[in-house]
Amino acid sequence: MLLSENFLLALRALKANTLRSALTMLGIVIGVATVVALLAIGNGATASITSDIEGIGSNLITVMPGRQTISMHNSTQTQTSYLYFSDYETLSKRVVSNVSGISPAFSSSYKIKYGSESFQVSVTGVTEDYFPVRSYDIETGRGITESDNDARSRVAVLGAQTAGDLFGNLNPLGKDISVNGVKFQVVGVLQAKGSSGFDNPDDVVLIPLETGYAKLFGSAALKDGKQTLSVILLSADTSEAVDSVIGQSEYLLRREHDIAPDEESDFNISSQADFLSAINTVTQTLTIFLGAIAAISLLVGGIGIMNIMLVSVTERTKEIGLRKAVGASKDQILLQFLIETMTLSVLGGLIGILFGVSIAWGFTILGLITSIVSIGNILMAFTFALAIGLFFGIYPAYRAASLHPMEALRYE
Amino acid sequence: MILAENLSKVFAMGENEVRALDGASFTIGGGEMVAIMGPSGSGKTTLMSIIGCLDAPTGGRYVLDGEPVESLGENELAAVRGKKIGFVFQQFNLLARTSALENVMLPQLYAGATMKERAERARKALERVGLGDRMDHNPNELSGGQQQRVAIARALVNEPSIILADEPTGALDSRTGVEIMSLFQSLHRDNGQTVILVTHDSYVARHTDRIIRLSDGRIVSDEKNPNPIKAGAPRPEEGIQ
Repeated sequence: MLLSENFLLALRALKANTLRSALTMLGIVIGVATVVALLAIGNGATASITSDIEGIGSNLITVMPGRQTISMHNSTQTQTSYLYFSDYETLSKRVVSNVSGISPAFSSSYKIKYGSESFQVSVTGVTEDYFPVRSYDIETGRGITESDNDARSRVAVLGAQTAGDLFGNLNPLGKDISVNGVKFQVVGVLQAKGSSGFDNPDDVVLIPLETGYAKLFGSAALKDGKQTLSVILLSADTSEAVDSVIGQSEYLLRREHDIAPDEESDFNISSQADFLSAINTVTQTLTIFLGAIAAISLLVGGIGIMNIMLVSVTERTKEIGLRKAVGASKDQILLQFLIETMTLSVLGGLIGILFGVSIAWGFTILGLITSIVSIGNILMAFTFALAIGLFFGIYPAYRAASLHPMEALRYE
Repeated sequence: MILAENLSKVFAMGENEVRALDGASFTIGGGEMVAIMGPSGSGKTTLMSIIGCLDAPTGGRYVLDGEPVESLGENELAAVRGKKIGFVFQQFNLLARTSALENVMLPQLYAGATMKERAERARKALERVGLGDRMDHNPNELSGGQQQRVAIARALVNEPSIILADEPTGALDSRTGVEIMSLFQSLHRDNGQTVILVTHDSYVARHTDRIIRLSDGRIVSDEKNPNPIKAGAPRPEEGIQ
C-alpha cells in the first residue's frame, strides 16, 4: 500500500467529518499562525532598531562619565564622576590614528520658547565636528562652525521635529528663540533621522559649546571650576579601527584621571557595536519569549488533535476490525491513523503559515512595524506542526492498531 | 483445506479461566459447504475467530492449506487472512460513504494489487453476485440484501480458499435470506468454493452438506446432511448469473 494511497484515505476520512476536522485543525492553524506572525514581527522590530542605531553612525564611540568608588573610613560610597573639557583636549591632541572625528558635548534640558509656543527640549553644546560624527545632515541653513565657538555666538541649529513643533510651516531661519530666557538665533535645521526609540535625534537644539559654557549652562557645567562634558563622541574611520580607538582613548583617559592599574575606570567607553549587540540580545530574547508563548498554543492544538483522534478511533472501531479482517496488518492500521493525524496537522500548518504571513503583512501595510517573514521561520513552524502531528498521532494510532480484530468487529 | 486438532482457547477473566473452546478436532476439505451450529456461549464465535485467523488458539494445532498457523504472529495472521479467508458478517460491515466498488476493492488494498487490477477484480466480483449495475452506489442507497451481496463480493475478491460467514442472514428478512443462501449454494456448487456458515439457526444450517454442532466449547456432533434444502430461485429482476 502506497503512501499516497494512505494520504488519500486520510483526506477521505477527514472529509467525512468536515466540521470536526476543521475545528481540530484550528488549534494548529492558530498556533502556527501565531508563531509565524510573532517571529516575523519580532524580526522586523529587531531589524528596524538595528538600522536606527546604525543610522546614528556605526563607527561611533561614546565616552561617558562613569561612577567612582570612594573609600572613607569603613564605608565605601559611589558617586557620579565627571568628564572634563580637558579630557576632550587630551583625546583630540593624542588620539591621532584611525579617528575621523571627535566631538565634545554638554547636554541639559531647558525650556525653549518662540512666540506662544514653548517646550522642554534637550539643548546640546557642540563643536563643528558633532555633525559628521553623529551623521547629522543639514536640511536648511548651516551647522555650528568653529567661528561660532570662537565668537561665542548665540546661534542655534534645530532638530527637524523641534523646528516643526516651534515654527509649524514658518521658515525658522533668522528667527530668534529663547532658551531658558537667553536669545539664540536659528541658523539651521537638521534633516530628520527618524526615532530610534531611545532618544529622539530629531527633537534637539544644538548650540556652540563655548556659548553654552559662557551664557547658558552656568554652574551646571562646572565642577571645581573646571568645565565638564556630558559625552565625548569619537568616530573611527573604519569599523575595524573601533577597538583600537577605544583602547587608545581608555589608556589616555586613565592616565589623565590618575587611575591606578588595579582600579576601575571612572568613565565608560562603548561602541555602537556593543550597544547593538546588547539591543540584539534583548530583542532576540523577546522574540524567543513570544515564540515560546505561540509554541504553547501549538501544543494545546496538538492535544486537541490527539483528543479528537482518540474519539475517532473509538467511533471507527468496527471499521478498524473490518480492515483487519480483510487483511490489514497492525502496521498498516498504525500508518493509516498516523497519516490521518499528520495530514490534519500539516494542513493546519500550511493554513496557519498563510494566516501568519498575512498577519505579518497586515502589520507592514498598516505601518505598525515592517515585519520580516523569513523562510527559516516558516520552515521551523511547519516542522513544528509536523512534529506535533507525529507526536500526538502516535498514541491514537497505536490504540487503533492494537485493537483485537474480533472484539473490534463485534464492538457496538 | 482445514485441519484442526484438539483446538482450545482459554480466556483469563480476573482469577477465573474460561474455556471458550475445549479440544475441538475436525477437518474440512476443499469445496465443502459446512455449517457450524450452536447456541450462544457454545464457543462458535471463538471457533470462527480461530478458523478465520482473527485469533490464535491457546492450544492445539490448526493447519490451513498445509500451513500451520497456530503460532503465527499478529502481522503474519493478517497476511493469511487477506489471502485465504473471505469474511461475511451479519451486519454486512461495509464502509459508509464508500461506493460498492470501493468497498469490494478494500481487501486488495492490503494485498498490494495495483489500482487497475483492483478495480477490474472488484467489478468482476460484483458482477458475480449480480450487482454489476449498482457499483457506484453507497451502502445507504442499497437494500439489506444488496448490501450483503456487496459484502460477499468483498469476501470473494481475493479468491480466498474459504468463505467464512457469520450469521449472514441474521439481519435480513426471510425472503432476502433465501436469496443470500441461494448465492452461497451457487458459489459452492458452481465454483467449488469452500463455504463455512456459522449460525444458531438450524433452518439456515440445513442448507449445507455437513453440520458441526458445538456445545460448551466441545464438538457434540459432526454429521453429513444428505438432503440440503435448496434455496428458492432468486427473483428474476435481481438475476444471479
